[in-house]
Amino acid sequence: MIPVIAFIAIQLAGIFLVPLMKVRWKGPVVLSVVLLNAMLSGYYAVLSLAGESFAVTLPGSWVTGPVTLQLDALSGWFLLTINAVFVTGGFYGMFYMKAYREQTNNLSLHGAVFILLHAALLSLCVVQNSIVFLVLWETMTLSAFLAVIFEHEKAATIRAGINYVIQSHVSIVFLMLGFIWVANKTGSYDFSAIRSYTATHDGVHSLALFLCFFIGFAIKAGFVPFHTWLPHAHPAAPSHISGIMSGVIIKIGIFGILRMLLLIQTDYSAVGFVILVFSVISGVYGVMLAIMQHNLKKLLAYHSIENIGIIGMGIGIGCIGLGSGSYLLAVLGFSGALLHTLNHALFKSLLFYTAGNVYQATHTLNVEQMGGLLKKMPQTAALFLVAAIAICGIPPFNGFVSEFLIYSGMYEGMQDAQLVSLVTIVFSVLGLATIGGLALLCFTKAFGVVFLGTPRHELRQPVHETSLGQLLPLYFIAGFIVLIGVFPQLFLSFLNRPVSLFTGALHAGISPLQGNVSGVMQSVSWAAWGFILLTAVLWWLRKRTVRNRKAAASPTWGCGYVAPTSKLQYTAGSFVRSYSKLFKPILTVKKEEEVGGVFPPEAHYESHPYDKAEKWLVDKPVKAFKRFMGCFLFLQNGKLQVYILYGILFIISIICIPMLYERLVAFIEFLKQL
Amino acid sequence: MLSLILIVLAAFFFTGIIIRTKSMASGRKGPGILQPIKDVVRLFRKGAVYSETTSFIFQIAPTIYFSSIVMAMLVIPFGQSKGVISFNGDFIFFAYVLALGKFFSIIAALDTGSSFQGMGASREALFSMFAEPAFFILMGSLALLTGHTSFYEIFTELHLGSYVSYAIALLAAFVLVMLAMIENSRMPIDDPKTHLELTMIHEVMVLDHSGFDLGLILTAGYLKFAIYGALVVNLFTGVVAYEYAIPLFFFIQFLMAVSVGLIESFIARFRMSHNAQFIVVLTSVSLLIFFGVLLISGKFL
Repeated sequence: MIPVIAFIAIQLAGIFLVPLMKVRWKGPVVLSVVLLNAMLSGYYAVLSLAGESFAVTLPGSWVTGPVTLQLDALSGWFLLTINAVFVTGGFYGMFYMKAYREQTNNLSLHGAVFILLHAALLSLCVVQNSIVFLVLWETMTLSAFLAVIFEHEKAATIRAGINYVIQSHVSIVFLMLGFIWVANKTGSYDFSAIRSYTATHDGVHSLALFLCFFIGFAIKAGFVPFHTWLPHAHPAAPSHISGIMSGVIIKIGIFGILRMLLLIQTDYSAVGFVILVFSVISGVYGVMLAIMQHNLKKLLAYHSIENIGIIGMGIGIGCIGLGSGSYLLAVLGFSGALLHTLNHALFKSLLFYTAGNVYQATHTLNVEQMGGLLKKMPQTAALFLVAAIAICGIPPFNGFVSEFLIYSGMYEGMQDAQLVSLVTIVFSVLGLATIGGLALLCFTKAFGVVFLGTPRHELRQPVHETSLGQLLPLYFIAGFIVLIGVFPQLFLSFLNRPVSLFTGALHAGISPLQGNVSGVMQSVSWAAWGFILLTAVLWWLRKRTVRNRKAAASPTWGCGYVAPTSKLQYTAGSFVRSYSKLFKPILTVKKEEEVGGVFPPEAHYESHPYDKAEKWLVDKPVKAFKRFMGCFLFLQNGKLQVYILYGILFIISIICIPMLYERLVAFIEFLKQL
Repeated sequence: MLSLILIVLAAFFFTGIIIRTKSMASGRKGPGILQPIKDVVRLFRKGAVYSETTSFIFQIAPTIYFSSIVMAMLVIPFGQSKGVISFNGDFIFFAYVLALGKFFSIIAALDTGSSFQGMGASREALFSMFAEPAFFILMGSLALLTGHTSFYEIFTELHLGSYVSYAIALLAAFVLVMLAMIENSRMPIDDPKTHLELTMIHEVMVLDHSGFDLGLILTAGYLKFAIYGALVVNLFTGVVAYEYAIPLFFFIQFLMAVSVGLIESFIARFRMSHNAQFIVVLTSVSLLIFFGVLLISGKFL
């Protein structure tokens, strides 16, 4: 009880304090409030991972009924992930926002909203009452919206923000539908009602209920085809908010799906197949579009969709394991998914923060205008490189560990699967392998074009490395990325309890990740160390051998051409050209004015990748709807008299319709009597 | 441990044999078998020239590339003896640690700021992307067939009995050989002896490396060929006793080298735009293997 009051008091105090502070104190105040909240919730989260789960029942109100707060191991894992990203994000944001020092009011709002967002996300993980959950969900959505539209003077930012708000509300509609369904049948808003309702009803009801929640949460998580808000909102937001959105806000959708899996008693195999199919499509489609993007942040946003797909594959495999009673499969699937949730939160936020550094240095996000930044910003480049290798799932970093778990799950799952599930799993393997290869293509492009070579564009101001304070949280995240990569068994031991929540029904043990899995992880850890050691030894050898030799410098070999300019470099577009030609049927690229003729006159050429899902699911329906609504435009003619007439007509009709209805009923009664 | 020694030994001769075969096929005597090794030793003794455009990425990339190949080599078993590192799912590590080397060689090529190297890097990234699924599905099929998920256990449990299983082993050998061609940038994907930078893949990527670094890259290439050769050998020697298996190992490696030499002498390189289709065919072949395995294990009901 006391921690709950303390939690609310801290954030209320923070929200009221931020506007009163001087500009230079706003950032530290926000950060310290976030830190306090993180320490408070983190303490209980760690305890819950160690096996002490907490539950408090608050009296609530007559609307909600009693409100239960429960902190189990699953909540604990997500609380820690959220806190890690928010603390580093807050720290980074404090420095990032210095560039906007003049906008005092805007900064106050941003700070307050940042605290609110953190509090809402933390509470969402523990609340067990559907009405309170929905209120918090709305709080999170709106505060995230306000955080995204920080630069609201730009039209594109506002458009992206409104797009986000609308789609988030579609998500809420589905969630409400699910909660109302349960509340209507059981009369209780408590989450335990979902469990008791689905346990007593047949499979079709529970499956439909699950799908309802799944769509609601999938919109938030960004599964294809519900992802269209994501690539617009992430680039529009300030970089620390992009990192947080990609790191944790979309993960709350994953949390919702996992929570519902714990509550809803249904045919897990069917659920697993549904999730797996959506995930494979999301993963492959996300990365395929990511390659085409030339806006650095948009590229990263599409990669979030891909990674949500990978997490979803883990969940799907885990569910199939639950459904078929295969303990190892379930353990590998869920642990892979949960670990990848943390991993993605780490490397994706790092990527967005480094992209933020690049943006502040160059004032552009178009990768075609960058190049050669490594020499000006070596630390940012190195951090980006670490995150890029991690996101490709390459050892010795953390991305490999979780992808390895999911792969192992798939290969384990093949052993005793039957034809249908076997074919599904093989296509998932195909998907995951393709994702790995495409991610490599995408991130060699991103790193190569942004940081390597020579500058492609004359920038208006000199480029500098970011201040050390701003880089500090980035180093912290990079440290975690390496740590998980080289000591996976350590982090997996924290996953014992969250995973056993799911697999407890199959095998009543509290440490599913001991023994076999832990042994394999030990070997992965050795292999990672071996690699690092080998590279170090080789590097030392190389250093020693070439110590006394001359190392000359000369221009890059240009096949005999001696006056190369930076314009001759390979661009991002040319790097992926053969890829985009091959996948033309799936990708849409809008081109403007081709260059033509043998001696072409002055011309320009622009290409914009266009998301087909967005075209068919959002843009076309909206256009059709607009056309339909256009038929009623004559009503809005701008004449005040007519508007007053509408008002009078409205009042008259309100009064008359019930009367007419009564008359009509009387008349029909009369007819019947005849 | 045995596999490590064998692979290193095979790597000594492999490229020499290819070059010798090509020379003989074109009616020349050709250099000695150990000439490639002598070249590398000479390179290790030389100084280096670095492009002014490059950064530290360009300098560390060859080292990382080389050590990634060595790590991949460590997981390969031979017959009854395990690799130095062996665990469930080690073939996933194998593929991804090779990807690490590839990542660095690609960004090292982009580091030079040359359009030729960029072109090579783009092709390398694209083709290896297409090759990845074929390997994973092939290993998945073998895992399904044997019920195990590590190189060592898969190869020792791989009993060739029925006709279908021979067909599968042959198809698997075909896929592995072709993957070796792609990974090593050999014909029919890439022509290592072409002298036009526009048509190169791997060769153009390492155009700016020199001295010790180039030596590392070349050595890594020799090792890579022997690694894939060892994988092919393992398909057939799982339960064979050492006194037959070791000669068989060298025989198959020799056969592979000779056939690579012959292919490069008598077949023209594919058109660059056809390469992608060819590599996708490999994925289909490995899917075929998968369905063959389904047939054997009686899951096709």
